Amino acid sequence: MPNQMLLFVSCLGRIAVIMSVLLGGSSLACAESYIPWQVENHAIPAALGGLKGDPRRGRQIAIDRSKGNCLACHHLPVPEEEFHGTVGPPLEGVGLRLSAGQIRLRIVDEKQVNPMTIMPGFYRDPRYFDRVLDDYEGKTILTAQEVEDIVAYLLTLREVSE
Amino acid sequence: MNRLFLLLFIVANASAEQGFMPISGSEYLSEQVRDMQEDEFANPAMPTVDYGRSLFHKVNDEGHRCSGCHGENGNKLKLERIAAYPVYDREQERPITLQNQINICREERMDDFPYVYDCREMVGLETYMKFLARGQIIRVQTDGPMTPFYQAGKQLYHRRFGQMEMSCAHCHDQHRGAWLRGQVLNQGQSNGFPVYRLSTSRVTSLHRRFSECLFSFRAEPFLSGSDEYINLELFVNARGNGLSIETPAIRD
Ligand code: HEC
Ligand code: HEC
Repeated sequence: MPNQMLLFVSCLGRIAVIMSVLLGGSSLACAESYIPWQVENHAIPAALGGLKGDPRRGRQIAIDRSKGNCLACHHLPVPEEEFHGTVGPPLEGVGLRLSAGQIRLRIVDEKQVNPMTIMPGFYRDPRYFDRVLDDYEGKTILTAQEVEDIVAYLLTLREVSE
Repeated sequence: MNRLFLLLFIVANASAEQGFMPISGSEYLSEQVRDMQEDEFANPAMPTVDYGRSLFHKVNDEGHRCSGCHGENGNKLKLERIAAYPVYDREQERPITLQNQINICREERMDDFPYVYDCREMVGLETYMKFLARGQIIRVQTDGPMTPFYQAGKQLYHRRFGQMEMSCAHCHDQHRGAWLRGQVLNQGQSNGFPVYRLSTSRVTSLHRRFSECLFSFRAEPFLSGSDEYINLELFVNARGNGLSIETPAIRD
């Protein structure tokens, strides 16, 4: 039993090291546009780059297949679009359930919340991608501004439908 | 005591593998499309089968033809063996796919040049031979000398790739049955390959399907016929052990 505890503690230590590598600054070449972020209390409280989000743009980005494509996996209150996905939970009412910082963390890197998740990290450090297509080399899926736009949009979803 | 643990471990492992029930991609089709798939006259991939049949009987410059060894209409082919690919090749000490075997025949028995992997002729011959083996139960070997290759394929299947950092298992195990925008996620089984795609009006090989999936989450595909895809094919085919061959299947 004490042995297992030790193992557990040393694993935690290792995870902490890995996390600090993943999240820490030290931005290299490609990263001039990549802004490192910090997790506090299971959230990213600070807006990326201090940018302000626009919910109207955020709605468009969430629909756009080449941008957020959130509809691929989530149901959203977007009646004009058909084929909402069911891979993730519906996002109606998410603005009541989660704070801005919690929503930001889930969009930026859901793997911090659930390491097994299928949900892409929309603002992960691109240096850690494995076999990324040339066109997307060194790039995050969304820009910091686009992330903030979607955060602002999700915060407006304060009604649970049906 | 140790032996007991070992035994328990083996039993637990075996039942974990047995707990998985393979489901053919055809189960996810509408009845109409499934009928079309099963009807030899309505199936839009039949021209590819016919093309493969003509290549199978065609005499090459050296006077050889596939049917010379394997019989008219392949009547000397062991159909259950076609359902066992990739098989272990003792000479090369690695698994070989049906397409690899076609090239071995061409080079060693027909004094001919190898085809490029997944070229039109290859896909034609593969579609024809798998069509002959329709209904055969898939039984791919995963133990003995296959073990390291099977494990390598399994690892690829679970590796996160590309900008979206997804793995095959995410879509085809973890979320199967869910809707990904307009598409239901099926198990990603290979028993219908090569398949006819209604969206592109073309016959698609298994390795090209792998590439399309990788491409969809912005990962750099491997090459058709690469060691990686052969190992992945080994894992994916074996995952369907117990299903029957349905080539040429129809998909969206
Ligand atoms: C490929 C699938 C996929 C895509 C694309 C995707 N998500 Fe998710 N999302 C999930 C899954 C699955 C979950 C459930 C939690 C988990 O698996 O970690 C989730 C969870 C969430 C949550 C937490 C919901 C809650 O109530 O706790 C939020 C917020 C979220 N997603 C927002 C987004 C946004 C915004 C986008 C687009 C920019 C997006 N997701 C794109 C699959 C996806
Ligand atoms: C983002 C989701 C996603 C990921 C990740 C993914 N696939 Fe797929 N896959 C699909 C979809 C969607 C289809 C099309 C289903 C259909 O035919 O209706 C498909 C189809 C397939 C098929 C054909 C199944 C059939 O019945 O015809 C195979 C085989 C396959 N995938 C293998 C893989 C492998 C191997 C990987 C990893 C390299 C992978 N997939 C990763 C979504 C995914």
